[in-house]
Amino acid sequence: MFDPHSLKGRKVVIHDMTLRDGMHAKREQISLEQMVRIATALDEAGVPYLQVTHGAGLGGNSEQHGRAPHSNEDYLRAVTPRLKRARASVLLIPGLGTMQELERAYDCGARSVHCATHCTEADTTRQHIAHGRKLGMDTSGFLMMAHLNTPEGIAEQGRLMESYGANTVYVTDSAGALLPHEVQARIGALRDALAPDTEIGFHGHHNMGLGIANSLAAIAAGASRIDVSSAGLGAGAGNTPLEVFVAVCERLGIETGCDLFSLMDLAEDLIWPMMDHMVRIDRDALTLGFAGVYSTFLLHAKRAAAKTGVPARDILVELGRRKMIGGQEDMIEDTALSMAKERGLMQ
Amino acid sequence: MSKIKCALIGSGNIGTDLIYKLRRSAVLEPVWMVGIDPASEGLARARDMGLKVTSDGIDGLLPHVAADGVQIAFDATSAYVHAENSRKLNELGVLMIDLTPAAIGPLCVPPVNLRAHTAKLEMNVNMISCAGQATIPMVYAVSRLQSVSYAEIVASLSSKSVGPGTRANLDEFTYTTSNALKAVGGAREGKAIAIINPAEPPMIMRNTVYCRTDEAPRAQEIIRSVHDMIAEVQKYVPGYKLVNGPVFDGNRVAIYLEVAGLGDYLPRYAGNLDIMTAAATRTAEMFAEEILAGAIQLQPVKVA
Repeated sequence: MFDPHSLKGRKVVIHDMTLRDGMHAKREQISLEQMVRIATALDEAGVPYLQVTHGAGLGGNSEQHGRAPHSNEDYLRAVTPRLKRARASVLLIPGLGTMQELERAYDCGARSVHCATHCTEADTTRQHIAHGRKLGMDTSGFLMMAHLNTPEGIAEQGRLMESYGANTVYVTDSAGALLPHEVQARIGALRDALAPDTEIGFHGHHNMGLGIANSLAAIAAGASRIDVSSAGLGAGAGNTPLEVFVAVCERLGIETGCDLFSLMDLAEDLIWPMMDHMVRIDRDALTLGFAGVYSTFLLHAKRAAAKTGVPARDILVELGRRKMIGGQEDMIEDTALSMAKERGLMQ
Repeated sequence: MSKIKCALIGSGNIGTDLIYKLRRSAVLEPVWMVGIDPASEGLARARDMGLKVTSDGIDGLLPHVAADGVQIAFDATSAYVHAENSRKLNELGVLMIDLTPAAIGPLCVPPVNLRAHTAKLEMNVNMISCAGQATIPMVYAVSRLQSVSYAEIVASLSSKSVGPGTRANLDEFTYTTSNALKAVGGAREGKAIAIINPAEPPMIMRNTVYCRTDEAPRAQEIIRSVHDMIAEVQKYVPGYKLVNGPVFDGNRVAIYLEVAGLGDYLPRYAGNLDIMTAAATRTAEMFAEEILAGAIQLQPVKVA
């Protein structure tokens, strides 16, 4: 798949998602104290970027996406003064979050932003990316559900984001559906399309067990930023597990600047004990990857299953068939109710 | 019976769809379309359908307003140029129906508050947004019964039905719609979320409305009120329907809606386009009926 010698000496910027994507796996319930403890441990272990917001990002506190115990501003104000080297980042999905919220996040110390949209809708991020750059933030364009666009399509969308001012463009495998050769094709197409100084990132989900392999494929094809989370705490079967990824990088000679044993301890001592459920590839998480469904839908589907009697896997497969995308969490209960009526489980 | 002559400002999806809606009206007649791109498909279609057209923007229309008897204009351009368009046309005594998120005039959702605006002879009324038109009737259907502390709406739109203006200004959409959930819907707080879905074949517009009531929701009354309001909206958007709910969960009421369009300019999936143009047409008709009956008379607005 790739020549291991070609990876030796490559530098990769790690971007931790434990305190953002991990919020999904905790039903948005992470305390300020936990945030600060985890963020300072990541900082001390040499992680250069860490994301801190509601799982759905700025504007995420809602009926649609659940309510965290604190506002995004409160989390950022608690975490950012404690960071010695790491920069705090936020997620911003236009249509949900706004530029006003981005400004408030900046005022609370955020210095990097993932401006995210579905992988075919880059033109909805123009104002937000430009605004991030105007504020002086490290600004990434984040193309979600990247399995639903071709490599050429991803390259075209990435070029738009670059033209709005993004200094990094991400291939975001929100469904954990991409296979390594598919990651390689998308990253490679972006690499050919973008200016040499525009970075490329990869954000993986572990629903098919490919978080690490896909991240390596991305690096081999030209990516220099990789999103990860401690013990994989994240939506679906979680993100690419940080400590595992760093161990693999060390073996391959890829430079991350992170201390492996500190990260192992963080995962074991802080993250595993706080998990409400085992973040792993159960049948429903595997269904996400297999059917190409947004990872965040996992816990919503399990709840809708408990309410309606329709199995979560059936709901997820139907959501995949209906081509629902990130942000359409309302359609999970709606779809489950319609299926329950069809099956005679409800009136 | 004579009809009130109308001008359409903006030759995109909304302006073009309005031609079809106005041609069916018993009291409105589209006579002008204003664009800025001589090659636009909307202008070509308007010309084919017998309208006068200009590609010189609003200033291309102004010299013809009096001679052609234009009394109502629909602005489907952008929030940024609306104020100027409105000022220029109001000075000539033309009533402005605003379909941009500019919202400089009072907000109008026909089954909720249209009567109040015609009675006051407003010269500029704002139609909020497609999501606002689709969801505010439902928020009001709950808030007219009991107090709503918070209303949140999620609008899913097919990618093909969302034009470049909306795409470039999603924040405007968010602010205008959120505010209208309070101002017209009657909730104390409001939040609007938009999702653009590129699925093929395109998905029909979906809307989910969440209301948080202060007291326990009075389920039977809410169900009746919601169904009554759906019937009101169906009078001008026949494809407006309840898919699931109301679902009651503690003090939360969830209502799941679908809006199919008439398939005039864009196919039926673009219910978001239809509910906006149909609501604007219904608003203009209400004013037109009053003008024709001699009940109200439009006056030039003097600007200091």
